[in-house]
Amino acid sequence: MYAAALAFTLFAVFPFYWMLITAFKQNRDLYVGATNLQHIPWIFNEPPTLYHVRLLFLNTPYLLWLRNTAFVGALVVLITLLVAVPAGYSLARLAGRWGERLGIGIFLTYLVPPTLLFLPFARLVSWLGLQNSLWALVLVYPTFTVPFCTWLMMGFFRSVPRELEEQGLVDGYSRLAVIGKVVLPLAVPGMLTVVIFAFTLVLQEFIYALTFISQVDRMTISLGVPVALVRGDVFYWGSLMAACFLTSVPIAVVYSAFMDRFIAGLTAGAVKG
Amino acid sequence: MALRRPAEAPLLAPAVRPGRRTLADRESVLGPLLLAPALLYVILLVGVPFFMAILLSFSSAVAGGLEFSWVGFRNFQVLLSDGQFHRALQNTLRFMILSQLLVMVLATAAAHVLDAAFVGKRLVRSLLLLPWAAPVALSSMAWVWIFDSTFSVLNWTAKKLGLLQGWWYWFGDPALATVAILTVHVWRTFPFATVVILAGMSAIPQEIKEAALMDGAGFWRRLFHVNLPMLLPVVAVAVLFGLVFTATDFSVVWLLTRGGPYNSTHVLSTLAFQRGILGASLGQGAAVAIFLLPILLVVAVLLLRVARRAEVGA
Repeated sequence: MYAAALAFTLFAVFPFYWMLITAFKQNRDLYVGATNLQHIPWIFNEPPTLYHVRLLFLNTPYLLWLRNTAFVGALVVLITLLVAVPAGYSLARLAGRWGERLGIGIFLTYLVPPTLLFLPFARLVSWLGLQNSLWALVLVYPTFTVPFCTWLMMGFFRSVPRELEEQGLVDGYSRLAVIGKVVLPLAVPGMLTVVIFAFTLVLQEFIYALTFISQVDRMTISLGVPVALVRGDVFYWGSLMAACFLTSVPIAVVYSAFMDRFIAGLTAGAVKG
Repeated sequence: MALRRPAEAPLLAPAVRPGRRTLADRESVLGPLLLAPALLYVILLVGVPFFMAILLSFSSAVAGGLEFSWVGFRNFQVLLSDGQFHRALQNTLRFMILSQLLVMVLATAAAHVLDAAFVGKRLVRSLLLLPWAAPVALSSMAWVWIFDSTFSVLNWTAKKLGLLQGWWYWFGDPALATVAILTVHVWRTFPFATVVILAGMSAIPQEIKEAALMDGAGFWRRLFHVNLPMLLPVVAVAVLFGLVFTATDFSVVWLLTRGGPYNSTHVLSTLAFQRGILGASLGQGAAVAIFLLPILLVVAVLLLRVARRAEVGA
């Protein structure tokens, strides 16, 4: 049992180990194994170095990409919250029977993949004059965050006991006041989930960024690292892997911390409340 | 519990003061009002582009220009007699089916392992989730480095173990490149499937498991006659999602091989990108991408059907 668990874990974790060890290896240590079979690539043969990490932070636009990503991420999260939270509530409480179908309809749009939409968006973006602009990403990214987050919020609102709201209404509060004072505070964990998901989805997006952004200093992190850290045919594997590790592991940890809600939302969102 | 009133408060609510009712209180208005922004966004930025994609596939539109001229089915005719396109379509289906077959086996096995109680289970589970949760564009780069033509750690290990005489050029050989892409797809989607199946397993009523145990059913018997049949809907949901993700994946193939060597590993999405953006022929690219539609449609229908059945069974 332990052996099987270990095997699965090793398979899953190996690329991350490889990022980590590459990021801190000296160049001499990295590029010898091909010619010299005695040189073991799996471990540090020379003492680890911070050289690649320093190179990444000081001599590449990595920090700029982080800033771009934060900018796009923050705006997309804001748009998603403003749009998905009211919609989720409306579908959960006010829409009645057609809400169910509409909810499924909105969720299905989440299955329409970027790889189908990037060409029309390329045209839309050039029509709006937004090529090479982060605003293009701000405009387009909610297309995948909104459907999913609306679905999630719908599930969360359904889990708020109806009686609480009815009591508020009986007490003479308006529906909006009930939403503001009773429902929203209870839905804070749901909204937090939405924030995390919208943000991590933005961090992970690749094809739209590749299509719209060609200027290196306007790239986001998951575009810049694979595309712009490769200069010509030369791969600076040390810095490249440092960037991959420093970016992907924190995201992955945060994302998987919310994974259970994601799965619950995915499967239980349809369960009638 | 925010509204729990003190005990001495009157049971009946205070009378509603006239004038406090506003437009927003009329639920027939409020409902659509709250829903409108989301609906508008989805219609304008998913619905409209979706139909634009279909329209584009019937046009000779090019990137850069904004003119639009209808060419009927010409793009499709060109594609149907295009070997590269056939290859891409086949690859898409091949990657989808092979990777999800592997995922089904691996994930069911991994879920059974994780379901058994052992020390460090939580840690293992969260480590397993890393591939799914990490940005795919970045983890693909790690794989590019792992499969590197000269410094491949896999080659080194295989040589050291005496499995390899010559040298594997992972991205230089169509068969090896296919293996590489499949590996990454499996690596990326099996953790998600594992967690979904694990969730499904914990939903199997304990009595059924115990009853099977009491009746003296061995491990394999319980696996094939009790667990797997009950897990089928959950496995199906996980696999169908995996199918969607592999069918529509762009980053893995693009970053690993750019569709190479000799355009042998293109899938629909990378070919669409190559034709539509790099080749500037939006119409052609859109026509390629459109072929994703029937695939997705089938998967979506199956997904809804299975999800409904899973619900009834639950």
